[in-house]
Amino acid sequence: MSVLRTPGGGRVDRERSLQFNFDGKAYAALQGDTLASGLLANGVHLVGRSFKYHRPRGILSAGAEEPNALVTVNPGAPRDTPNVLATQVELYPGLRAISQHRWPSLQYDVGRVNDALSAFFPAGFYYKTFKWPQRAWKSVYEPAIRRAAGLGRAPATADPDRYAQRYAHCDTLVVGAGPAGIAAALAAADAGARVMLCDEQSEMGGSLLAETMARIDGVPALDWALRALATLAGNPRVTLLTRTTAFGYFPHNLLGLNQRLGDHRADPDPGQPRQRLWMVRARQVVLATGAIERPLVFPGNDRPGILLAGAARTYLNRYGVKVGVRVVVVTATDAAYQTALDLHAAGVAVAAIADVRAQPVGVLPDAVSRAGIEIMPAATVLGTRGDRRVSEISLGRVQGGMVRPAARLACDAVLMSGGYTPSVHLFSQSRGKLVWNESLLAFVPGLSAECERSAGACRGVGDLTAALEDGAAAGLAAAPDPVRGSWRPLPEAGTTGGCGWLGALPQPQTTATDKAFVDWQHDVTTRDLALAAREGFRSIEHVKRYTTTGMATDQGKTSNLNALSIVASGLGVPISQVGLTTFRMPYTPVPFGSFAGTSRGALFDPVRRTPMHHWAQARGAVFENVGLWKRARYFPRAGEDMHAAVARECRAVRSACGIFDATTLGKIEVVGADAVEFMNRLYVNSWTNLAVGRSRYGILLREDGFVYDDGVVARTAADRFHVTTTTGGAPRVLAMMEDYRQTEWPQLKVWLTSTTEQWAVIAVQGPNARRVIAPLVEGIDLGASALPHMAVARGRICGAPLLLFRVSFTGELGYEINVPADFGATVWEAVHAAGQAHGMTVYGTETMHVLRAEKGYIIVGQDTDGTVTPDDAGLSWAIGKSKADFVGKRSLERASMRAPTRKQLVGLRSRDGRTVLDEGAQIAALPGQQPPMQLIGHVTSSYYSAALDHPIALALVAGGRTRLGQTLYVPMPRGEIEVEVTPPVFYDPKGERLNA
Amino acid sequence: MLIIVCPFCGKRPEIEFTYGGQAHITRPERPSELDDQAWAEFLYMRSNTKGIHAERWRHARGCGRFFNALRDTTTDHFVATYRIDEPQPQIEQPAEPVPPP
Amino acid sequence: MSRQNFSALSLLWRGLSRHGGWREQWRKPEPKAAYDAIIVGGGGHGLGAAYYLAKEHGIGNVAVLEKGWIGGGNTGRNTTIIRSNYLFNESAALYDHSVKLWEGLSQELDYNVMFSPRGVMMLAHTVHDIQVFKRHVHANRCNGVDNEWLEPEQAKAFCPPLNISSDIRYPVLGAALQRRGGTARHDAVAWGYARAADALGVDIIENCEVTAIRRDAGGAVEALETTRGVIRSHKVGVSAAGHTSVIMAMAGVRLPLESYPLQALVSEPIKPIFPCVVMSNTIHAYISQSDKGELVIGAGTDAYTSYTQRGALHINMHTLDAICELFPNFRRLAMLRNWGGIVDVTPDRSPIIAKTPVPGLYVNCGWGTGGFKATPGSAHVFAWTMARDQAHPINAPFTIERFRDGYLIDEAAAAAVAH
Repeated sequence: MSVLRTPGGGRVDRERSLQFNFDGKAYAALQGDTLASGLLANGVHLVGRSFKYHRPRGILSAGAEEPNALVTVNPGAPRDTPNVLATQVELYPGLRAISQHRWPSLQYDVGRVNDALSAFFPAGFYYKTFKWPQRAWKSVYEPAIRRAAGLGRAPATADPDRYAQRYAHCDTLVVGAGPAGIAAALAAADAGARVMLCDEQSEMGGSLLAETMARIDGVPALDWALRALATLAGNPRVTLLTRTTAFGYFPHNLLGLNQRLGDHRADPDPGQPRQRLWMVRARQVVLATGAIERPLVFPGNDRPGILLAGAARTYLNRYGVKVGVRVVVVTATDAAYQTALDLHAAGVAVAAIADVRAQPVGVLPDAVSRAGIEIMPAATVLGTRGDRRVSEISLGRVQGGMVRPAARLACDAVLMSGGYTPSVHLFSQSRGKLVWNESLLAFVPGLSAECERSAGACRGVGDLTAALEDGAAAGLAAAPDPVRGSWRPLPEAGTTGGCGWLGALPQPQTTATDKAFVDWQHDVTTRDLALAAREGFRSIEHVKRYTTTGMATDQGKTSNLNALSIVASGLGVPISQVGLTTFRMPYTPVPFGSFAGTSRGALFDPVRRTPMHHWAQARGAVFENVGLWKRARYFPRAGEDMHAAVARECRAVRSACGIFDATTLGKIEVVGADAVEFMNRLYVNSWTNLAVGRSRYGILLREDGFVYDDGVVARTAADRFHVTTTTGGAPRVLAMMEDYRQTEWPQLKVWLTSTTEQWAVIAVQGPNARRVIAPLVEGIDLGASALPHMAVARGRICGAPLLLFRVSFTGELGYEINVPADFGATVWEAVHAAGQAHGMTVYGTETMHVLRAEKGYIIVGQDTDGTVTPDDAGLSWAIGKSKADFVGKRSLERASMRAPTRKQLVGLRSRDGRTVLDEGAQIAALPGQQPPMQLIGHVTSSYYSAALDHPIALALVAGGRTRLGQTLYVPMPRGEIEVEVTPPVFYDPKGERLNA
Repeated sequence: MLIIVCPFCGKRPEIEFTYGGQAHITRPERPSELDDQAWAEFLYMRSNTKGIHAERWRHARGCGRFFNALRDTTTDHFVATYRIDEPQPQIEQPAEPVPPP
Repeated sequence: MSRQNFSALSLLWRGLSRHGGWREQWRKPEPKAAYDAIIVGGGGHGLGAAYYLAKEHGIGNVAVLEKGWIGGGNTGRNTTIIRSNYLFNESAALYDHSVKLWEGLSQELDYNVMFSPRGVMMLAHTVHDIQVFKRHVHANRCNGVDNEWLEPEQAKAFCPPLNISSDIRYPVLGAALQRRGGTARHDAVAWGYARAADALGVDIIENCEVTAIRRDAGGAVEALETTRGVIRSHKVGVSAAGHTSVIMAMAGVRLPLESYPLQALVSEPIKPIFPCVVMSNTIHAYISQSDKGELVIGAGTDAYTSYTQRGALHINMHTLDAICELFPNFRRLAMLRNWGGIVDVTPDRSPIIAKTPVPGLYVNCGWGTGGFKATPGSAHVFAWTMARDQAHPINAPFTIERFRDGYLIDEAAAAAVAH
């Protein structure tokens, strides 16, 4: 066992040793270690390189605030994960990790040259240079900067893990299971609340996990915590979530929690997700998120071996690891004295405690003195030495405003404590107001914006006794029925003196030698902050953005307050006037996978399938996505491409008959005494004269006058319409109808029901259509005069109730067989079988598009684009001329909507008789133009017409209807295509086939 | 994700609702009598209030009903929700935070 | 008031003296009693307009009033995508004017705004998308705006992390690529314009919130009441993004605007992996990689209007599930920081850069989610409009009156809907 490992104690399992690998080297550690504690136990402090100067960096902290120790776990393996904190990686046997952002190795990194040249790379240097020559930014400078930036590498393969998401509700959510959080949870649970308690660490207890001195309720504090947690675990109304970070505070007391389930296991359970994102809606929230120790800012404060005093205590007491054998403590608080005492007791030489304060007094300084450790008051740090590990510290003494050198001490670790910064991240995210507390040197929660209260160190109540009482009070108040609660903590911890230090430690007037870092990861120094101030960046947001302080992966957890203080003193204003940068979600980084959850692959969006889907699939249909629907696009036979398949399908429909799945069309039942009036007000058409058993092509506009949707509308009873919509349009049409029905015309007696899913729709189209369905249909006379075009009738087919439309979207004799969806597949197969004797061919949406284009029927969304009026589309005939009003009518009356230069729907024929125009191709009146051209329209639909044996196109062309017969030009990259303007109906313009 | 009190169903999460824009904009009885400016006012002009905003919501994935709400657009806290046929409550001050269900 | 030279040499020279010689990049003046023109809103658009007023129209006695810190609104909160492959002639002209200015902006301002024409690729996922994008490609080509169609394999070659397999819910069926599109450094745009405008005499006044607009007997603008006193001017341009409605209401001008929350987020920094900008309107994902190495990802707007500068969790979830579908290797990367802005949206999703019914009052607003890319072009024509009291030909179609008259420039509707 390493000399740095204590003989006993702590939360590691002494019986279970394990091996792990860092940068290719094997190390021994214990179950319960983090990667950081495991490395420290082996004397390894150097774990990374800084972002800009590539300075060697060691482990600074023991938690989520870590700015230096970012590593890649499982490099090159399927679970390759970059940029994770060594302080949060729980070791398991065989874990592999590597350092990042160094080349060729962590020990020897050529990027270090940046440090030597750092005088020329001050904050924001890149704004001042790299401007010439103009093209060089993209081709030379930027690629070089990009290569130098970044930390880890993105995984090279897709993530094998699963992620889950879960909603939860509770009375009281307590965030943080340190002393205040546990006390809050106990108090709330005792009062009968449904409690959730979450903590980001592998084990609950917070600071108590490293506490050796304090006692609560007559037992050692840690024992109390474990007992309390057992009590909570035994309460069925309490949910405990470890390894669960509350990362976001959203409106109306919704908190986002990310629970890590797999990363700490050598062999993650394949039945479990890697992580689970909880969305917890709490009646009341207690934030007990603790505080983060602040580093001190002095020259050379970034060497490996220089770390936070509280972290050193955690490593010692929780993990049984000594961070060095001879340490110097630099502090502005009493808390670090306890660290010194604990280390001293563990056999670590404490060379001195350099206290920034002039007269450190109290229980702890007294105890330290009694232990024979030298205390140097009014101290400052002048510099440090040691390349990959600190080896010496130069201390100074501040006297009468002057700084004088005081001592040089050899050491292998420096422990610093500048005081504690309350973790107000979640409070600030909730939009609570932070207030500056001068005596605490901290921003603390003020007025809450949500049903929330903070407790303990996160609101500046750092003393254990007070934190327990604060937590208990908060928990009780956050219970739905506080009077039921009776539990109170009985702590007997000693009080510790607070205070602390903000900003840079005093330095002699002479120019300092080394950099004093404020933001470790981003290499922001006191000089950078001074430069920003000199250049006029005075708002703290400007300073942050100009120097990048607080913008690294730690988001300024250790640096923000020091930076603020340095800026404030530089400007000569109080900190409260400089303000604070905004705290943003997430508290610590959360994997994309957790946010995405199960929404991936087939589950990314719901899939809507028709009852005939499997039939089509079995016949090799190629599907397209239309909205959420899967629609069969074409049915290729062996050796056919889409063009060949579509040509065959088209010929079959025109010459014999085809069968088409039209189920996806939206269907809305409009019912009631005022159904006619409702339809009259909504659609452009007049519905008053539509007889029962007849249908009509309807057009719906938006109130701005543009075509919104279309579809056949049948009157199935005096008070009932069966309205069809486009496939994608059904939900929004229904929403629009409901809007008018409920909010504009609530007096109308009309009800709306979506029936899209209730009906399967089988279109049978072609000259043989009647012959195919006649033997199957019961109770309907299919004769041309009994059931003419646009007639609707009820009957039965194959034993199923039938609503039969005689309609055509192909220009052929056609029927749409509506049967209840459950009968869809059976009826489809029966009709298809019956059709085989009549040359029936199944066709898909592509053929449907060609056939309708041959007839000049528009597709809303393809031949219209939200800027097209009914008249533009050649549909004025549909407008009920005698109606005083309908949705969109007033907008159509504006002059701009009636301008003769508006784009109008026309047909186009390529003059060469063979070029199929590109859909979306532009149209010019004049040939031979160079960009920018005068353009008068575009091609909306374009196909090769098998029936006509030439290409056809529909287009929107300015003043198009006045240009019939004209030649226009379609400028393409390889030259212009001459086209002739034609009417939009190419096939059977008289409609004889339709009425057959 | 907001919690919205549907006047018919009670408190529900925002994903059950669709937003309907500014409330109390009534479609003119006889649009053809309006000049273009007045019609554009109805069609497009919105108060875009910073503060207490009267707006429409529809409990689309619930009861399907439209209703109106007063929401403080500087905090996203709801002050009131009320039925379409009820007058706008006269509330000037934002409410204290109210616990969700 | 001449500005200090910014160059590698000056960095080197001042580096030898610990950079002690750098001056404020822009002054911190007290507001004067009166100005020839005032811009309300210290974002890129407003600062740029002040710069062009001074530089191109000889109006240097200008103040920019910013209620917070310059560049703190949408300028500093967007995903910095720059492109001009818009459909309609009016839009393409406006945005391409902007792209042309972007191309020389670092040199113009002597400030590296890091314009990086890395290519903007817009993914098509449905047959309908293909139709819409091809229409754009053709229209752009005929307008002299670069935009080309890529088949899925070509899209993958241009952006190797892209998943073009056919077994995802909405496979990539192709893409429209504008090679001249790209990104820039958002803060630098605000600071660069501020420094350059300041050098031409423009007063940039931060922490100065407009509280009222005073008008004379004839109804014309005569002064602004602010938190730093009354400031007189007969020419006021409002360029306040999400807060435009609030300011314009002070002059009794109603606008067809609604302000929505829009979110963006970044990942932790990683080594270069993503060479371009990819946008998918259909499944709502916008992504690029910053020089620092962060993946910069844009999310959708929330459904409701809000001034809170924050959006909902489920919006982010929807964005990241789309990102993970398109780039499955990114699933283990982590969100580092998420933020929200307030975007002011017009009914046709096109901006308003125009005179208002109030004499002397001008407005530049309604940029929705696309304002950053337009910064230099918009600022340039807005300055023209203010200086000459008439629209530049490029912004002439972008009036308020188009909503009354029905001459909309409806890019959103033209993208239409699934059928």
